Amino acid sequence: MEFRYLPMTETDKKEMLDKIGVSSTEELFSDIPKEVRLDKELNLKKPVSEYELKKELTEMASKNANLTEYRSFLGAGVYDHFIPSVVDHVISRQEFYTAYTPYQPEISQGELQAIFEFQSMVSELTGMPVVNSSLYDGATAVVESVNLSVEHTKKKKVLISAAVHPEYRQLVETAANGKKLEIVEIHYKNGLTDLDQLEKELDEDTAAVLVQYPNFFGQIEPLEKINELIKQQKKTMFIVSSNPLSLGFLTPPGEFGADIVVGDTQVFGIPAQFGGPHCGYFATTKKLMRKVPGRLVGETTDKDGKRGYVLTLQTREQHIRREKATSNITSNQALNAVASSVAMSSLGKHGVKEMAKLNMQKARYTKQKLEEANLPAVFNGSFFNEFVIKLSKPVSDVNDDLFEKGFIGGFDLGKAYPELENHMLIATTEIRTKEEIDAFVKEMGDING
Amino acid sequence: MANENFPLIFERSKEGRSSYNLPALDVPEVKLEEELDDIYIRKTDAELPEVDELELMRHYNGLSERNFGVQTGFYPLGSCTMKYNPVINEDVIRLPGFSHIHPYQDTKTVQGALELMFDLQVHLEEITGMHEITLQPAAGSQGEWTAIMMIKAFHEANGDYHRDEIIVPDSAHGTNPASAAVAGFKTVEVKSNEKGLVDVEDLKRLVNENTAALMLTNPNTLGLFETEILEMSEIVHSVGGKMYYDGANLNAIMGYTRPGDMGFDAVHLNLHKTFTGPHGGGGPGSGPIGVSEELAPYLPKPVVRKNDGVYELDYDRPQSIGMVKGYYGNFGINVRAYTYIRTMGAEGLKKVSEYAVLNANYMMRSLEKEYELPFTQHCKHEFVLSGSKQKKLGVRTMDIAKRLLDLKFHPPTVYFPLIVEEALMIEPTETESKETLDTFIDAMLQIADEAKTNPEIVQEAPHNTAVNRLDEAGAARKPILRYQKEG
Ligand SMILES: Cc1ncc(COP(=O)(O)O)c(C=O)c1O
Repeated sequence: MEFRYLPMTETDKKEMLDKIGVSSTEELFSDIPKEVRLDKELNLKKPVSEYELKKELTEMASKNANLTEYRSFLGAGVYDHFIPSVVDHVISRQEFYTAYTPYQPEISQGELQAIFEFQSMVSELTGMPVVNSSLYDGATAVVESVNLSVEHTKKKKVLISAAVHPEYRQLVETAANGKKLEIVEIHYKNGLTDLDQLEKELDEDTAAVLVQYPNFFGQIEPLEKINELIKQQKKTMFIVSSNPLSLGFLTPPGEFGADIVVGDTQVFGIPAQFGGPHCGYFATTKKLMRKVPGRLVGETTDKDGKRGYVLTLQTREQHIRREKATSNITSNQALNAVASSVAMSSLGKHGVKEMAKLNMQKARYTKQKLEEANLPAVFNGSFFNEFVIKLSKPVSDVNDDLFEKGFIGGFDLGKAYPELENHMLIATTEIRTKEEIDAFVKEMGDING
Repeated sequence: MANENFPLIFERSKEGRSSYNLPALDVPEVKLEEELDDIYIRKTDAELPEVDELELMRHYNGLSERNFGVQTGFYPLGSCTMKYNPVINEDVIRLPGFSHIHPYQDTKTVQGALELMFDLQVHLEEITGMHEITLQPAAGSQGEWTAIMMIKAFHEANGDYHRDEIIVPDSAHGTNPASAAVAGFKTVEVKSNEKGLVDVEDLKRLVNENTAALMLTNPNTLGLFETEILEMSEIVHSVGGKMYYDGANLNAIMGYTRPGDMGFDAVHLNLHKTFTGPHGGGGPGSGPIGVSEELAPYLPKPVVRKNDGVYELDYDRPQSIGMVKGYYGNFGINVRAYTYIRTMGAEGLKKVSEYAVLNANYMMRSLEKEYELPFTQHCKHEFVLSGSKQKKLGVRTMDIAKRLLDLKFHPPTVYFPLIVEEALMIEPTETESKETLDTFIDAMLQIADEAKTNPEIVQEAPHNTAVNRLDEAGAARKPILRYQKEG
């Protein structure tokens, strides 16, 4: 077996061992005590040639029904959007994909500037002045926002709307166990956060209120009213998890008094990839600038006055106060932040708005057609590109039948909300054609009928 | 390059240009304005750039030319394992059956993806000697935190609520104490001895009934193997504590020893280091964790199972700490790691460690005369020099790093680990040839010589990069964190 990534030759090896002054590489491992030495070969599959491996993996991949072959109406936090060709061409450049964290700014200006531009674009969309260079995904960004609110307000109670992505809420629950936080769930009413319950639970011990916009059911939460309630309490923070594509058309959370806006930029140029890697963003106010988790890129000048970019405000980089850190993130999702940046640049000012509107239009058409097929939406507020319908049988059965016809059906809400058994969350993005939607609705009518 | 600022994409923008091309609106249009409350309709458009496609490509090409990747040149950034990122990995992840699948598809329709995850887990179990693996954490530090949360759950299940201390060596990577803190623990620092290894006597003094775990990497961040690992493991276990392994340095020991054999109860791996995830300018990574049988019930949900040849996701795990990452982790990085393992096999992975260690020792011995070497035993895959001799001449380690830029190298990690004065942490990796190592050694020797004969040239470096040394203090004092249109 030849190993094409290993350049060492026998001659090299001999010369190097001579220089070191040992007779074999074994001697370099003699510090590993005998008791812990592995005395057998690892039991792994035998390596195969490049050609065979590609074939094997292509076969494995073809066992998955993919979104380019099936027409998908599945969303629930991960969306099937158009990805401009430029995106992959840019991030495939090795200077972006094989570099690491820009610790040496003089030779990392490309990465640093691309991230600075990412920060600027997300800032425009969210209406928040400060944006970090990415976190793992939307869910972990939510966790970091909750942690920051607790740390900043020195309070331990957090109110979270039940209309926030169920997995995001589960992640907060997991993390809350470490910090012994009190998480209170605010129910939903007609698909929106129940403001009466929110008002009752909000008190001076509340560190933050977290809602999603548009929420998990696709509905547009009344951020203005929620903010009014929150602002009656001193210091309680307003956290909004938001789909950045929707912000091409919707008023940004920053204009409704949000303190932190988080979410996932998967909608911009990042394939679904079975749920990861995606790209979490974290946006906040100037006041909280020095507490932002992860990294920030800032503009500065060199000694000749030339403009350049550096990592900055590393409040909690782990060498300072490392045992008091409030976030431990180092590797982030930089490459995907660049991918999103390229997609946002390609869409630009008008494209991002048009894409948001296309999503809204096509989702409305789907909703109307389903209504005509006796499958009306169960929540009636304004929505973005997702809505909920009720079926007469289990969602999994319906999805099995749809799959036979070449469709990937919507999300089974009963899995996360027992009271919503037989309810399906349907997403329609800009890439679904009228023909596909009509065919989907026909199948739905037949199956459910 | 002329003394001009490289434009921001916003500065290339011109009203009326575009490079987007969206599907047409082929359904009857509804008036959104009539349906939505006016206050929820955006009044001013997000100021994203307006550029045509060629301008966009020129912009990003220009940026990429201002960036240094592993395929640009030697990148001996200690602790980061900047090895070659095989291009086959990139082809494989772009197969539609891997890149375009939705996490909530019925598991019947994603059997290939689940098979890959399961198979990767089995391989990582063998490589680490651990009982069970989860691929969920998104990066090393999230893996650390996940495992510490599991250790916490384990202790609490035994009624040991008082165990609130995690012991961390003074040479540890900063994420270790940070992860412990985020999990709600106090950290206690154990000292290193004059050989650069954990001071076992100090460890004995520190352990007690409040010890939840010791977090350790082996080889440690000085690149040295902790020879007394079994004693340490016994000391920690004797008070009921757990042993946690930071697997960032696994590249040094594959096929030679395994964390499971050294007595560790939990381990995280940095797939983006050892197993060639492409780092991506700082991510995405993937940080699977492996645990002992005793800790397995606490693994995050869901767990991939195989039943009668069918792969499933098991959410029914009452003792689980919960979910730690959306969906199933960074699948895309896991596909790359799997591809790499299948390329190398057992023999290849062992050779990886053999050559990584050989390369590091060769460089260390070639540099030890001119640079202070604080610990003189054989190293593993990386080693730490001190720039203290050069400091006496007025040349700081940061200057040495900047001078290396002139000579077309990415510098080593500097000022880490914290316990070595003016530290330079060098990790050549196994994918570099002897010729490359020799040119780097020559460069380092040249700089050592310049420090004696012409210190200014080092102190004022770099001399030929896109920008000169940047005002970092200024950036922090008056932060500019986004583009603002002038006027
Ligand atoms: C020794 C060590 N531990 C942990 C980490 C954290 O890993 P990650 O950056 O993937 O979070 C790193 C790398 O940054 C490391 O070098």
